[in-house]
Amino acid sequence: MTRAMEHNLNGSTLAPGDVQLIVQEVMLRFGGVTALAGVSLEVRQGQIFSIIGPNGAGKTSLLNCTSGLYRPQQGEILFSNHHQTTDLVHMPPYRIAKMGIARSFQNIELFKHMTVLDNIMAGCHVHMKTNILSGMLYWGAAQREEIAFRQFAEEIIDLLEIEAIRKQTVGSLSYGLQKRVELGRALAMKPALLLLDEPMAGMNSEEKEDMARFVLDVNEEHGVTIVLIEHDMGVVMDISDQVVVLDFGRKIGDGTPEEVRHNPEVVRAYLGEDLEQTELKSFSFSS
Amino acid sequence: MQSGIFHSTYEKDMALRHTPAQKIRLALVIVVIFALPFWADNYYLTLANQILITIIGAIGLNILTGFTGQISLGQGGFMAVGAYTAGLIATRLGMPLWLSIPIASLVTAAVGGIFGIPSLRLKGLYLAIATLAAQEIIVWLVTHWDAVTGGVDALNVRNYLWFQGARMRFTEFQFYWIALALCVGTVFATVNLFRTRVGRAFVAIRDQDIAAEVMGIDLFRYKVLAFATSSFFVGMSGALIAHWRQIVTWERFTVDISILYLAMIIIGGLGSVSGAIYGAIFMTLLPAFLNSVGRSLGGVFPLMDNLIPFIQKAVFGLVIILFLVFEPEGIAKMWRNVKDYFRLWPFSY
Ligand SMILES: Nc1ncnc2c1ncn2[C@@H]1O[C@H](COP(=O)(O)OP(=O)(O)O)[C@@H](O)[C@H]1O
Ligand SMILES: [Mg+2]
Repeated sequence: MTRAMEHNLNGSTLAPGDVQLIVQEVMLRFGGVTALAGVSLEVRQGQIFSIIGPNGAGKTSLLNCTSGLYRPQQGEILFSNHHQTTDLVHMPPYRIAKMGIARSFQNIELFKHMTVLDNIMAGCHVHMKTNILSGMLYWGAAQREEIAFRQFAEEIIDLLEIEAIRKQTVGSLSYGLQKRVELGRALAMKPALLLLDEPMAGMNSEEKEDMARFVLDVNEEHGVTIVLIEHDMGVVMDISDQVVVLDFGRKIGDGTPEEVRHNPEVVRAYLGEDLEQTELKSFSFSS
Repeated sequence: MQSGIFHSTYEKDMALRHTPAQKIRLALVIVVIFALPFWADNYYLTLANQILITIIGAIGLNILTGFTGQISLGQGGFMAVGAYTAGLIATRLGMPLWLSIPIASLVTAAVGGIFGIPSLRLKGLYLAIATLAAQEIIVWLVTHWDAVTGGVDALNVRNYLWFQGARMRFTEFQFYWIALALCVGTVFATVNLFRTRVGRAFVAIRDQDIAAEVMGIDLFRYKVLAFATSSFFVGMSGALIAHWRQIVTWERFTVDISILYLAMIIIGGLGSVSGAIYGAIFMTLLPAFLNSVGRSLGGVFPLMDNLIPFIQKAVFGLVIILFLVFEPEGIAKMWRNVKDYFRLWPFSY
């Protein structure tokens, strides 16, 4: 139904399977609270990499360290793109964004007085060039750039099936639609690595199914690496290539969904019940 | 909100005006703007000039406060920088005003950018206090730097059309066209700014600064840029005042002015160019209107003569309060409501 996209959304120069992100012994404390107690993990290009764990386990903190909002006291976060590997610790968020890392937030952080379209256009910021003077003239190159990126933004709008609301102010939209727009804004950055913090939280099952389909689309059709924090075990087990389990800032499990499901420590500490007996909701992803 | 309009190309969809109603309104505004100076007497021309200059200053403040979300109480100070710079380089160096006005605007942009540096760390009321400090520092410098500014004494400004040229005295009619050109330029530049990349970054910072940074917007750079851009137009408005009045005194640039301009953009509509225009018109015409009412009342009740200025101030304040209570989003919003009503009229259900 959606027309094929002209643009590829993947901003990574790596080949599928190459190591893209290395988190090494990251330690983050807030006063007496240890949010991350030496976490290490490795994300490969093209993966859907899920992070699970109970509330307060440190999942959001790990994303915040990666996007530069938190500064860990110890450890390294190495990110590879454009044929170089950079330590993201000590780097300001806007430079990390320019390297190709995009994200969504657990509590939606949209530009709520802007329209859906403007939010997505704002996501294109790093790829646009118009400076303030040529913008004020809105002539020649500035106008051409606006039109070209408008076209790109419309492709994202098509992909996420939000054509009908493109001119609406995002503050007036439902929670589920706002989450979708936030994904769109992140995609507008043509990310090499997309960090999604509970993109399906608070949604009904139909909205969840849509969102899971979009995440899969972006990953399979465009090859964008995705780090996903999600509580819905059905979705996680269904779409992830690799799952990491955090508990009290420690990594207690790491592997394929199948391995994690059978990891005794995970079952004991996190799930508290016999996951193997739990009926997993099966999702159908029609494409 | 207009709806039911579809466009065949993105280019058309991105144009500023779409509907016949919008085009007719624009045509009317243009006719009024060009006919007014031929019809108006000197009193109304003076008011018109004051409005044009005020619009430039209000748009300047709205860029910073309404669009970028950085509250500023430094408006009066930045206007002073523009007015004194223009006045001094025109008078002391004999510079023509088509050069003194842009230079004064650029100088004010630089000063505004410098005073914008604390905005990286300070938000909301704290930033307001920091800009208040800028306001006070600038006025203090102006009144104490006698050797350059003449201190508390008024600075007489000369207008030249050319270097070493003959001194000009513009009539209100002549000055109208200068102010109009700069005002129209300011409106277009600002409207365009906010439909392109940098303007969107400003609004993004206002709405959600952390998300803006994670989208690749360098907060420090863009906040300083917002201060500089805003101050450019505020300085332009100050420079115009210097050349228009041909006299600059520090009393015109105190914190009262800063507060007046904040009230102006709140009443007109924060974060909207038309809001700044409505606010500037309203806040210029209301005192003039109250004045003339006061004068005619004074004729009828001579005993009230002493009271009338106070009553004027109270009414002015009251109108502002009523606005904030009944239409906090300003005149721009009221106008949108009226348009929506008539767009569907007579089927307004
Ligand atoms: N900005 C902060 N200041 C103080 N403590 C924080 C902050 N952010 C997170 N924490 C603490 O770090 C721990 C991990 O939080 P978080 O990463 O949000 O967990 P999760 O996303 O897994 O639910 C919690 O104990 C939380 O209270
Ligand atoms: Mg969280």
